[in-house]
Amino acid sequence: MSEELYVLHKDVRVKVDAKKTNDWFYSDTVKEHFFSPRNFLRDKHEIDDFDGYGDVGSAACGDRMSMWIKIDKKNDKIIDCKWQTFGCGSAISSTSMLSVMIIENGGMKIDDALKIKPQDIVKRLEELPARKYHCSVLGDKALRAAINDYFRKTKQYNRIVEEGAKVIDTALKITDKDIEEAVLEGATTFEELQKKTKIGVKDKSCIPEAKQLLKFYMEKYFGKEDGKNG
Amino acid sequence: MSKMNDIYLDYAATTYIDPVVKKSMERYFTKDFGNPGSFNSYGLIAKKTVDDARERIAGILNADANEIVFTGSGTESINLAIKGVARVLREKGKHIITQKTEHHAVLETCRYLEKEEGFEATYLDVDKYGMIDLNELESSIRKDTVLISIMYANNEIGTIQLIKEIANIAKKHGVILHTDACQAAGFLDIDVKNIGVDLMTLNGSKIYAPKGIGLLYVKKGTPIKAIMHGGGQEFGLRPGTENVPSIVGFARALELVQKNKDKESKRLGKLRNMLIRGIMEKIPKTILNGHPTMRLPNNVNVSILNIEGEALLLHLNEEGICISTGSACTSNSLEPSHVILAIGLPYEAAHGSIRFTLGKKTNKKDIERVLEVMPGFVDSLRMISPVHLEVNEILNEAK
Repeated sequence: MSEELYVLHKDVRVKVDAKKTNDWFYSDTVKEHFFSPRNFLRDKHEIDDFDGYGDVGSAACGDRMSMWIKIDKKNDKIIDCKWQTFGCGSAISSTSMLSVMIIENGGMKIDDALKIKPQDIVKRLEELPARKYHCSVLGDKALRAAINDYFRKTKQYNRIVEEGAKVIDTALKITDKDIEEAVLEGATTFEELQKKTKIGVKDKSCIPEAKQLLKFYMEKYFGKEDGKNG
Repeated sequence: MSKMNDIYLDYAATTYIDPVVKKSMERYFTKDFGNPGSFNSYGLIAKKTVDDARERIAGILNADANEIVFTGSGTESINLAIKGVARVLREKGKHIITQKTEHHAVLETCRYLEKEEGFEATYLDVDKYGMIDLNELESSIRKDTVLISIMYANNEIGTIQLIKEIANIAKKHGVILHTDACQAAGFLDIDVKNIGVDLMTLNGSKIYAPKGIGLLYVKKGTPIKAIMHGGGQEFGLRPGTENVPSIVGFARALELVQKNKDKESKRLGKLRNMLIRGIMEKIPKTILNGHPTMRLPNNVNVSILNIEGEALLLHLNEEGICISTGSACTSNSLEPSHVILAIGLPYEAAHGSIRFTLGKKTNKKDIERVLEVMPGFVDSLRMISPVHLEVNEILNEAK
């Protein structure tokens, strides 16, 4: 499938040397996808024969993404992907890049698509500022929601993976989702996590598990080698 | 990187330095570089220079020279005013009144005093235009109220408060009044006798003077003490060697903006109205934030529904048009503008708020250019947006 290129901005410089320019807020790849987003849904009629739909986030929170996927059922592959995004530059670029990753090279196996992590999108975008990572997370969540929708419609209930929240701190009812959110908002140490969430202040027994989850989400979003916060 | 034909519409963030101002400062960097505190001929020249600038500024404010305290910024002046007065009067009372749409310098200083020094602050609500209710102000004054801090004109939405009426209320109840007049200085009356304030903050970076210079007007007899300690400069209220070149530039800049304020207000007011009208006509589903008439002549703040402010900012920026946004995406806290939320707009509309602030170099062509390119960018972003709210849905949700 040929890559769709729709230029929203007439002066966009599609080919720029990343090393030579630093006159923009994001990497040149982010810039390119922002000004020429790929695969976005222009017309509702385009989705008549799509197989899965996911919608996550909200305008009130500052980001909302919708995603439609088309499945090659025989090969269990996503062969087309359309999206719409309300959000900042990095949110738009992340969704655009994610759509490219899914449908390039003739489409992606559903099982592989489910393995896409936010940091894979960030890597392809050649970096996002740390405080913008949550934008790429939303793209990943929209894709999962669309895939689950497909599973539901095709009665493959055993394949649905719902992300439920698990209570970690029983005294203050703080969940793994709260820890994830805190990491995305910039907590890099247990002290920072505690400052944001008050986790372990009353229920000290949860501290080891909380520390483990902190490490898990740090690695999930920011990579192993990198404990720093940009 | 700034380019020659950039259209800079972020004057409320900061201005360039007027060439006349820059020129007035030059000799104090290399030639007359003395320390006003030095007992030698270099020091004497520096001292006379600072005294002269202070007197000229006092003249503009209709104040005495010893009521003008130079500081390092607007934020510093605000800290000095609020902490300096509160700490002197802490035995008398520990209550401060301010409003929700103040600059963070005021809000965070009040919160600090609440958290660390046992004060209590009332943050007055504002109406949908950003105006406080004078009756509410008066009824919130208590026996232990020691300070009121209300800004003259708002930095985000440009709303101008009824500062004289506020001063009358403060006077009637014997409460000290501070006003942050940083955004007002270029356009409004800053005669302190006329407006009736006890303390007033001004800074250089909004009026074509350098960054890193501010002042606090302190009416004679106002109880206040220093918040930093050192060499006793600035009547003991602000230690540290005086920033002589910036003080000179500040005085020159204040003279220039105040001399031209009526003419410039009229000129920019026309361009502001042209921009507001143009946006409302050409871009459907748009809300004007702030007061329709009681607003700074250089301020336009609108919420463009169904898109996010930073995304529009990036498009305009690519076109050389530099603005700012109240969207969460450009703030450090990932929270949208507290001012837009305080005027009652829901988060959805706060994320799509953008601000244009006009200034000396802004002309009709610039506004025409904005109106020429902006509708297309909004269309592009709306085309890829899954959000489709209508203005009446937003206004129904608004408080």
